[in-house]
Amino acid sequence: MVPFNIACGACPFCQQELFGNCHESNSEATAVGGIFGYSHTAGGYDGGQAEYVRVPYADVGPTIIPEGMDLDDAVMLTDVTPTGYQAAEMGGIQKGDTVVVFGAGPVGIMAARCAWFFGAGRVIIIDHLDYRLEFAKSYAYCEAYNFKDMEDPVVFLKRTTGWLGADVCIDAVGCEAAGNVVQSLVGRKLPLTGGSATALHWAINSVKKGGIVSIVGVYGPLDALVPIGNVVNKGITIRANQASVKRLMPKLIDHVMAGRLNPKGLISHRIPLEEVAEGYHIFSAKRDNCIKPVLIPPSASAA
Amino acid sequence: MENKIEPATTIESTMDREIANQYKNIPGWGMDADPLNNPTYPIKHYNGADHERLNYQKPEQQPVTVEVLQSIERPGLSRVFGTSTPPQGLSGVIRRFAFRYSESTYAHWVPLVMADRIGVVEGIIDDLKHGIVPNIFAEKGWKAEWKYNRKGLIKNVATGVVVAAALALLLKNINKRSAKAF
Ligand SMILES: NC(=O)c1ccc[n+]([C@@H]2O[C@H](COP(=O)([O-])OP(=O)(O)OC[C@H]3O[C@@H](n4cnc5c(N)ncnc54)[C@H](O)[C@@H]3O)[C@@H](O)[C@H]2O)c1
Repeated sequence: MVPFNIACGACPFCQQELFGNCHESNSEATAVGGIFGYSHTAGGYDGGQAEYVRVPYADVGPTIIPEGMDLDDAVMLTDVTPTGYQAAEMGGIQKGDTVVVFGAGPVGIMAARCAWFFGAGRVIIIDHLDYRLEFAKSYAYCEAYNFKDMEDPVVFLKRTTGWLGADVCIDAVGCEAAGNVVQSLVGRKLPLTGGSATALHWAINSVKKGGIVSIVGVYGPLDALVPIGNVVNKGITIRANQASVKRLMPKLIDHVMAGRLNPKGLISHRIPLEEVAEGYHIFSAKRDNCIKPVLIPPSASAA
Repeated sequence: MENKIEPATTIESTMDREIANQYKNIPGWGMDADPLNNPTYPIKHYNGADHERLNYQKPEQQPVTVEVLQSIERPGLSRVFGTSTPPQGLSGVIRRFAFRYSESTYAHWVPLVMADRIGVVEGIIDDLKHGIVPNIFAEKGWKAEWKYNRKGLIKNVATGVVVAAALALLLKNINKRSAKAF
């Protein structure tokens, strides 16, 4: 299992298990570690959606697939699962907490599922795609609400959390967020900012004072429109990162092998590598009730 | 291909630890230190390695076989790097310019965002030069759109045509009117 981030294992960041922040895998930016197939800014590496890929530091990052593990679970352990898990982990969830997850994509759904491992008392997921909300409800045992049905998602969340705000909010949407015309215009259409920060904006404003906002949604390097004054006045702790896949691997393998976690359950489409363009379109445009597609290279037997 | 070293200005980078490790004759120094006051737990397994700065046993250096752009916020290349997309053509010229500025400047990122867009056009020109007519429909995966959202696709294309026609009409009228004004 090859993590999506490239880690040397030797720099201070890797030594302290920040494997998503390696200092020896990307010359082009100090703010971003090396990531497979993730633009010039993340090191200019070819991506893993291929038959073969060059894996730097192959003796550091990758983990041998444990005997008896389903390959579909294994592939999901290299990105989505650790990201969702870390989103919940960074929330610093205490027993009984109400956790709100923005975004019912594979990452958000996994975050909602993993919030229970930390003893959440209530988990709420927010999106605007009904099919995803339906799926999330049963997969992640959570409440699911469509923000299109709300006049103001922040007021909705305040009311449903006893007027105090959520204990923890998770941004699992990132720069493509919908729901606010101005954010979408400057963040997605033009783009003048690091992305549309609508979900993060809602997260900051829906969390209680002294609460925690965990961000795994990805934004570009330019500035984004974030209500930072409210972060200060509410005393919010913000925790964010690219997932440290390698750090979480032993724990996640244990959850999967013990049958507590079912990453392969997120897979909705199996697409031959040759049809990758269609695969991307189905995922990004959310067609055919897509949750998570996996690409099958010709050399992998269609097991 | 030269990767220059940031000139030391006021304080040499090697002085950082020397200064930090000096005995401090400051009343109460360290009295209130609390190792639990660390919001990075348990994501970061703090062990003080940061204080070693860049003095760690580095892995082997990947040979430099292509031009590698380097952030001026680091003194040298990372030990490994991607070789998939070295700077080329007009977008490459823009990228080289951007890398004269730090990651903390618009002068860095705005040109890079532009270079990405220009790179797309350069890719299409490169295709044509090699006698390949790019099949944008296939590359964008619109076959899937035809399969799963036929109505939407037809509507979008139709809207595009209507908007284009309306714009053309409008421009024609404006032209006529401004012609009359003279
Ligand atoms: N930090 C990491 O290590 C890491 C790793 C993988 C992915 N990611 C990022 O996580 C994010 C989610 O990934 P994904 O694969 O689930 O993507 P996705 O596009 O499938 O999911 C995003 C979901 O958010 C919904 N959404 C849009 N606007 C919203 C809003 N304002 N409020 C609530 N929901 C909204 C969309 O309808 C969609 O269902 C992306 O930004 C991705 O790049 C981060």
